[in-house]
Amino acid sequence: MSAFMSNLLSGVSLGSVYAIIALGYTMVYGIAKMLNFAHGDVIMIGAYICFTMMFNLNMPAFLGVLIAMAVCTLLGVTIERLAYKPLRQATSLSVLITAIGMSYFLQNLAQLIWGANPKSFKSVIPNGSISLMNGSLKISYTTIVTIVASVLIMVALTMFVNHTKMGKAMRCVSEDRGAAQLMGVNVDLTITITFAIGSALAAIAAVLMCSAYPTLKPTTGSMPGIKAFTAAVFGGIGSIPGAMLGGILLGVIEIFGKAYISSELGDALVFTVLILVLLVKPTGLLGKKVHEKV
Amino acid sequence: MKKFVSVVIMLAMAVSMLAGCGKKEGSEAIKIGSIGPTTGDYAQYGLAVENALKMAAAEINALGGLQFEVLGEDDQGDPTMAVNAYNREMEQGMQVLLGTVTSGACAAVAAEAYNERVFLLTPSASNPAVNEGKDNVYQVCFTDPNQGASAALTIKNLDLGKKVAIIWNNAQDYSTSIYQSFIAKAAEIGLDVVVKDATFSDDSNADFSVQLQKAADAGADLVFLPIYYTPVAAIMQQAKAAGYSFKFFGVDGMDGLLSIDGFDTSLAEGSYMLTPFDANKADELTKSFVTNYKAKYGDVPNQFAADAYDAMYIFYAACKELGFTSETSAKDICEKMIPWMQKYSYSGLTGNNMVWGKDGCVSKAATAYVIRNGQYASVE
Repeated sequence: MSAFMSNLLSGVSLGSVYAIIALGYTMVYGIAKMLNFAHGDVIMIGAYICFTMMFNLNMPAFLGVLIAMAVCTLLGVTIERLAYKPLRQATSLSVLITAIGMSYFLQNLAQLIWGANPKSFKSVIPNGSISLMNGSLKISYTTIVTIVASVLIMVALTMFVNHTKMGKAMRCVSEDRGAAQLMGVNVDLTITITFAIGSALAAIAAVLMCSAYPTLKPTTGSMPGIKAFTAAVFGGIGSIPGAMLGGILLGVIEIFGKAYISSELGDALVFTVLILVLLVKPTGLLGKKVHEKV
Repeated sequence: MKKFVSVVIMLAMAVSMLAGCGKKEGSEAIKIGSIGPTTGDYAQYGLAVENALKMAAAEINALGGLQFEVLGEDDQGDPTMAVNAYNREMEQGMQVLLGTVTSGACAAVAAEAYNERVFLLTPSASNPAVNEGKDNVYQVCFTDPNQGASAALTIKNLDLGKKVAIIWNNAQDYSTSIYQSFIAKAAEIGLDVVVKDATFSDDSNADFSVQLQKAADAGADLVFLPIYYTPVAAIMQQAKAAGYSFKFFGVDGMDGLLSIDGFDTSLAEGSYMLTPFDANKADELTKSFVTNYKAKYGDVPNQFAADAYDAMYIFYAACKELGFTSETSAKDICEKMIPWMQKYSYSGLTGNNMVWGKDGCVSKAATAYVIRNGQYASVE
């Protein structure tokens, strides 16, 4: 029983990391209608920035996180301006390929700056745990903070999108970009702000992810990035609560698959889930069905 | 914008023309191939090898006699890319290959090198598949079976653990063959292995909670880690966070752990490992190698770098004794190297009096170390 509970907790903790990353994916997809495959690598850059601030410059953790957020936001906006904006009218395939190219560019850039040797990220959350069930179940502070942070971010994002003027603009752009423009919505600005928010989230995801799983390499972001994308599709891409739900479920499935089926099948299970969901419910768990107008 | 692009393209073309000129001047040098993953997931190993080869070549060139040129190609650890890299280096006139770095890629390249009679001395590809049935493929590093068996014996002889759990990468030749030889030896000498299925399939895997849980459930007191140091670091951190207190035992892939930036070395305190190379060793050769490498590349060299450095000096010794020049064909070098290697004995960074058998495997002592105060210490 305690093994089951502790596996469940590991799953939820891993899942909340996926969830925060998936929120970034889903925001950008929902509003700009593009898959930003470089998102995982923005996370990696965020983690390196935070690492450099804390380890090389001896800054306190919160300052490191703030600087990482600022750098990621700037990076996200720059990427959007330089790489994606010129392709606004191009087919989605060209944008997708550009995003993949950007992902490799960021990985190799990080290798040039920080080298290929792995770094070990020092957790920004104090080490320690809460004991439950007479000490047979331990919940580390990192797990608690990750779960709480992902819920808070989800709630804040939902509020922002539903109750602010910029949020309204985002929903308009998402629904019909052309019409939004005609109604006086600044589409370019809206998309830029979407990228800024997505990238700032990436920095938070980076810090939480590396606090739980401290190995930091130029390729650190790619696998979690792909899994979070799976989570976003699983939950219904474009839907904010969907990304959260998809992320957590995916984490739990991965850990349970490893623990009770076979430890080498963890990743395979994750992607099997993606295929099954797409077969049965192509819009994902919480995705809205949209009829294409012909 | 367009003007800017065309200026950039023009500059690039001009630079590439100049680069072309530069190569001609160096045609007096012996061309040494090097192939390894210098980008991607295994870049830390590929770069270590390429850097150390280039450093050793620069040292030899500075002596003023024989001149070496290192041809470096990236294979990302992938067999297909490695064979392509091999073909590109052959076109550039490679005379000997000091590579490749990873076992899977090396086995593919070794098949080509065997057919074309190019001598191959790999610094770090330790799988038996690399030199099986090929008379021209030699290794500087230990073979994997050798390591697995020595690890089992060391654990038994020093009585380090009663119940052993193994966490290993079943998608990696290196890890798998050490695992296999370890459990074979353990069964032979009566060492109790309680967890064998705690596997993972990717070194960039971040989450080891399940594998550690398995070890804890089975009541293991020692965890054997026949894997590279990146996952070892993650395992130690997560074991600590989850409150487990296993003793860890690693093999040569664990070397490099203590020099990871930001790694809390207290996590590795009391862990054991087998390694042929110790960056903190006090002898002159190790000291100067580590100091120069650090000055040049900014990192403490790992075991891969040391193996590569040795490989270059082994070939240098061969060149001097056998009189190779930039004119000697790859075939001639290959046919002369094979009998020479079997008679040669080398003492370098990764071992004293290393000798090679007909099978291309090296025999050298694997030293067991225990980590004390963030440094390797002798187990005695």
